[in-house]
Amino acid sequence: MSGETLAVSNNGHEVSYLDYEGKHKGILGWLLSTDHKRIGILYLITIISFFAVGVTLGFLIRLELLTPEGTIVGPQVYNEFFTLHGIIMIFLVVVPVVPSVFGNFFLPILIGAKDVAFPRLNLLSWYLYIIGGAMLLLTIVLPGGAPDTGWTFYIPYSVRTGTNMIFTLTALFIVGFSSILTGVNFLSTIHRMRAPGMSWFKMPLFTWALYATSWIQVIVTPIVGITLLMVVIERVFHVGVFDPTLGGDPILFQHMFWMYSHPAVYIIIVPAMGVISEIIPVFSQRTIFGYKAIAYSSLGIALFGSLVWAHHMFATGISSTAEFVFSLLTFLVAIPSAIKVFNWTATLYKGSIKLDPPMLYALAFIFLFSIGGLTGIIQGALSVDIYLTDTYFIVGHIHYVVFGGTGFGLFAALHYWLPKMFGRMYNQKVAKSSFWAIFVGFNILYFPFFILGWMGMPRRSYHYLPQFQLYHVISTVGSWIMVTGILIMLINLLTSLLKGKKIEEQNIWGGETLEWKVSTPPTVENFEEIPNVVDGPYDYKQNEYAELEEEVK
Amino acid sequence: MEEIKTHDKKTHSYGIYVLVWLTLVALTGLTAAVAGINFGKFSILVAILIAVVKSYLVLTEFMHLKSEERVFRVFALVALLFIVISLTLLFSDYSSYVR
Repeated sequence: MSGETLAVSNNGHEVSYLDYEGKHKGILGWLLSTDHKRIGILYLITIISFFAVGVTLGFLIRLELLTPEGTIVGPQVYNEFFTLHGIIMIFLVVVPVVPSVFGNFFLPILIGAKDVAFPRLNLLSWYLYIIGGAMLLLTIVLPGGAPDTGWTFYIPYSVRTGTNMIFTLTALFIVGFSSILTGVNFLSTIHRMRAPGMSWFKMPLFTWALYATSWIQVIVTPIVGITLLMVVIERVFHVGVFDPTLGGDPILFQHMFWMYSHPAVYIIIVPAMGVISEIIPVFSQRTIFGYKAIAYSSLGIALFGSLVWAHHMFATGISSTAEFVFSLLTFLVAIPSAIKVFNWTATLYKGSIKLDPPMLYALAFIFLFSIGGLTGIIQGALSVDIYLTDTYFIVGHIHYVVFGGTGFGLFAALHYWLPKMFGRMYNQKVAKSSFWAIFVGFNILYFPFFILGWMGMPRRSYHYLPQFQLYHVISTVGSWIMVTGILIMLINLLTSLLKGKKIEEQNIWGGETLEWKVSTPPTVENFEEIPNVVDGPYDYKQNEYAELEEEVK
Repeated sequence: MEEIKTHDKKTHSYGIYVLVWLTLVALTGLTAAVAGINFGKFSILVAILIAVVKSYLVLTEFMHLKSEERVFRVFALVALLFIVISLTLLFSDYSSYVR
């Protein structure tokens, strides 16, 4: 099937996907390409652009909070800032970034395939994403202005506000379809297109992570799609679904919103965990500890993570039965996440650790995600949650999980795979310094949030009491350090793509997975011959306890 | 050029599709009609039951699950299971409200 869908000439396998000239040339050769690698790059460019917008908004929010009263913008603009920051970062950046960029680029290579199962559907996903993203940005310039409800669109405000809600919700509905189609594509690819010998337990852990994520994407995204659509219907036709004045139920909206948006946290984090599972064994030259446990824990997270949504609603007056059930399930979901963290650290044990930039980001991921995860457990406890609901504690928690986790996972993946994708190496010294600026800035920026939350500082608040100012000032200074680090990192990576040292060796870091056995940058059809997989993905020195276990067996 | 046969499974005749479609329309009508009747506690159950019948028809006939490989049926079953668990959890809230 790949012969007809790839539209590659017979001798195309010798050309790098970057130099390949097919039916269309120049920019059209990219915009109409169904090559999974080119689509991955299209996603990379667009998502990094949205990321830049999100970071700018975040930077401005922090600047505004430098003083207890108004600093640079008025309250309405501030509301629009934090809403857009949330929507862009969640729906347009962290949800799609790892699967759409690195999943698209590497999934087929990792399982020994020439492309994804449905290359045209893959390109359609990107177009849907672009249409949705553009619609969202249009709200800024359209009369009525950008949404101001917060990224959660809670009822009844989202049916009352005069801002461009219909446009926003339709945009997200479209982006949702992009996500579903990517999920369907990956599931089919993993089930149907693995190379001979690539059994389920020979798949790299990144593939397992993508597999689990795709399931969540396919199953839960339709729920938020239909929910947002119902809000649109409610606004346009005044049908009472969620609005209490029309006989609707606002709590039902929260249930349905979080039925997607909590699993979305796992759509966000699990692929990044997959990236970390790839990097840790390579840079410690160790066979990953507990391969099967990590693979299964991805599925475990997908399952349990989809069943904990109402822990976002403990303060809304849901029944005590529901509170009990969801609190219990929340504690349970910590187990598969902890399995991963323990297995990563066990892999490091007595390894030959190389602190190259990807590894630095991977280690920072483990540290920051652990803080993010554990503060989540704190809020899973009913009594504490009631106290902490809607405070800065939750803002700190989400940033440690989503940015400390997926953000750092993304940066790790960029430093790990970009040289492979473009055949050019970045300046490693600059990469390391930018890492430290981002890491230190990140903690100065977000750690005070936990203290502020504990002191009672409400989130999304334009004004605040003077006693909170010290922490806000520290946090804002942190944002300056972190943004500087991100800028240096992006400039370093971008310059490397244009004039970085050319590399042609296949195995840049000493990895064992299939992407390190193809050309740098990969050829159009990835493999000259579809490989016959015999070895496991992480054939390094075994952890001695694992060896001992095998001996006992 | 000779047409390449890609799908060798037996496909349904249009008659069945039309019949299923008419049934779906009728069931939608039924949902709207019974919405006016007060079944008390069971009103949601009635709506869900009709929806289940409709989904079954769509899945088996329109989506060809009746004649597809097992793996596709397993996929559909996983999604179904998820919905059942989610609804159960959702009603752990709604059923135990003290009004």
